[in-house]
Amino acid sequence: MQSRAPTVGMEELRERIESLGGSGLRKREVLPFGIAEIDRHLPGGGLALGALHEVAGGGNGALDGATAALFVAGIAARTRGKVLWCVTRQDLFMPGLVQAGLSHNRVLMVECRDEKGVLDCFEEGLRCNGLGAVVGEVARMTMTNSRRLQLAAEASGVTGIAIRRWRRQSEASDYGQPTAAVTRWRISVVPSEPLPVPGIGRPRWYLELLRCRAAESADYVVEACDAQGRLGLSADLANRSPSQDAWAASAGR
Amino acid sequence: MLGPQAPAVEAPLVIIGREGNRRLVMAADAAALSAGLRIGMTAAKAQALVGNLLVEDLRPDEDRRELERLGLWFLGNYAPIVAVDPPDGIVIDTTGADHLHGNETLMLTGMINRLHYMGFAARAAIADSRGASHALARYRANPLLVVAEGGTLAAVLDLPIAALRLEAGIVASLRTLGFELIRDLEATPRAPLALRFGPEIGRRLDQILCRVAEPIDPIRPPEAIEVRHAFAEPISAAETIARYVGKLVKTICGLLEEQGLGVRRLDLLCHRVNSGVQVVRAGTAKPVRDVQRLTRLLCDRIDTIDPGFGIEILVLSASRAEPLDAVQSVSSLIEEPEADVSGLVDVIANRGHRIYRIAAVESDVPERSFMLVPPLAEDDEIGWPIHWQRPSRLFLHAEPIQCIAPLPDHPPVRFTWRGIRHTVKRADGPERVFGEWWKRDKELVAVRDYFSVENEAGERFWIYRQGDGEHADSGSGNWFIQGIFG
Repeated sequence: MQSRAPTVGMEELRERIESLGGSGLRKREVLPFGIAEIDRHLPGGGLALGALHEVAGGGNGALDGATAALFVAGIAARTRGKVLWCVTRQDLFMPGLVQAGLSHNRVLMVECRDEKGVLDCFEEGLRCNGLGAVVGEVARMTMTNSRRLQLAAEASGVTGIAIRRWRRQSEASDYGQPTAAVTRWRISVVPSEPLPVPGIGRPRWYLELLRCRAAESADYVVEACDAQGRLGLSADLANRSPSQDAWAASAGR
Repeated sequence: MLGPQAPAVEAPLVIIGREGNRRLVMAADAAALSAGLRIGMTAAKAQALVGNLLVEDLRPDEDRRELERLGLWFLGNYAPIVAVDPPDGIVIDTTGADHLHGNETLMLTGMINRLHYMGFAARAAIADSRGASHALARYRANPLLVVAEGGTLAAVLDLPIAALRLEAGIVASLRTLGFELIRDLEATPRAPLALRFGPEIGRRLDQILCRVAEPIDPIRPPEAIEVRHAFAEPISAAETIARYVGKLVKTICGLLEEQGLGVRRLDLLCHRVNSGVQVVRAGTAKPVRDVQRLTRLLCDRIDTIDPGFGIEILVLSASRAEPLDAVQSVSSLIEEPEADVSGLVDVIANRGHRIYRIAAVESDVPERSFMLVPPLAEDDEIGWPIHWQRPSRLFLHAEPIQCIAPLPDHPPVRFTWRGIRHTVKRADGPERVFGEWWKRDKELVAVRDYFSVENEAGERFWIYRQGDGEHADSGSGNWFIQGIFG
């Protein structure tokens, strides 16, 4: 059991750090996932808007980026305004994204010649404050790149999501390198729950929050995005992640 | 003749012109050529050879006017420096303009396709020099050819000497002397040739091999809005250029406002001291008259200008302008209007990236079920049916897999893709897609059976079998993977 006194200190300290960071001038808006377990864990109660986030697939998903694309589409679907999606090779299948809630009329695809072009367009999109979200599919992202993107996102209030996608499995270890992104996610597939009849059910994902500014890492098993882009609660989520209880206690909730 | 009076497409048609006292065939269409007629044949012989031959007189003035109109169309759509090259050519300096169309190959493809729809059969080539493009378009392009930078020499050496733009008399005499290819001429000492034929051969050789510059005398649309600034001292610093671009944009926007126009294509022409013009073209998705936005689009590309020994004249020209009226913005209490992203679209497109949206096409074949539309096009209301789960990544070219599956309509038990074996735990299907018989005869009975399968790790794939598994004529029975679900 933790005592009450240091909890208040934590809150104060957090506020002071926020104001030092410069972004404390504006109240940070968040986009809740709609799953209490995850939202309670994330600072502010959801995914920070006007910030840079990183998403990658686990296993083969690091190469094909299929799961990551759906997870990101689900987030982008719940924002307002157009979505800029920058890629070097276009292999998204729009009907799939529409099923994750992201309307094809909202997506502006940008096909760049190289990764440098993707980062360039990514940043340009983040500087334009009429967009709902900007998504960029990149393999390499250095600290400098990500800090530029994070600053652009903070200034305009547009959410940036970098889908990290590599050509070879050996390059995927790059995901361990530090960047300025606020959160870092890895999404892997897990076998879906068997249905009582032949056929396949709603896909399930193993969602790892590898890094999160001002919160600990955590992991969840969730059901994939529905047609409104919302994740579902998986039956065995309740038994997972002892760390989140600790966080809830420290946040005084 | 167009419209209902137009002659049938299959009927052979020739154009007859006059050369001295003889009436000769100057041009012939495909039907006439396949009937055995040749260009340069006498009209009487042609009419004797083909019974129902349609004959039209050559009207060089009209042709020339038509060519100039086509040149203006190129000016508005492709590049700021365009010249006509009678009788049948158009010269375009595409430097600094191809980025709006993706790259050079895409630009040429689009150009030829659009000309085709306008009723022209065109051939096009891009090379380092005007002479080389001229020669390659006429002797190598089929129908298009892009020569990489520095590859001009190798590309033109094996062309016949007729490609050099020499007088017919000189070409004939050179042939008599045994010269066939440009390579032969290039390997011969210049002095004896010059003594016999004059300086023309050397000049054309130098032009085709980029040894001397060949200016293009561009056509200008009569009504184009243009502002210019001549400098007392040539300028070359990027900051100076940017400052004057800002001033010129301000002036041109004032002129546009008087006429109620906005620009779609804005060209900055930098005339250099040591001859030659450097060009920056900015394109916009909608008519624009905003000083800041236009300045930004042009200044973004200042680094592509090579000022040489300095720029003495800056010209800013609105090559394509469209009406732009002030619109009252409607304020709504219920919901705020969606933000305008056309500025962002222009910035990205002018940096040479492709920007588009994806719209639905009513087709059950996945790779045909979408099309690319301009980023600011109207919303697509059709959409796709959503009762079947669709993958998030699609391979445009399905990859073959090895499969073990009970026939005719059971999902596979296991399959091998890229050397890795997957055991199918759960599956959905088949979803049968029929061939589109109205597109190709071969698809009349073709069938694909799609399955979504999940392997032991939970990964999901979209695979299909060519054919219905019962009738051999519906498909080969081979299996392919076409997409990955998330």
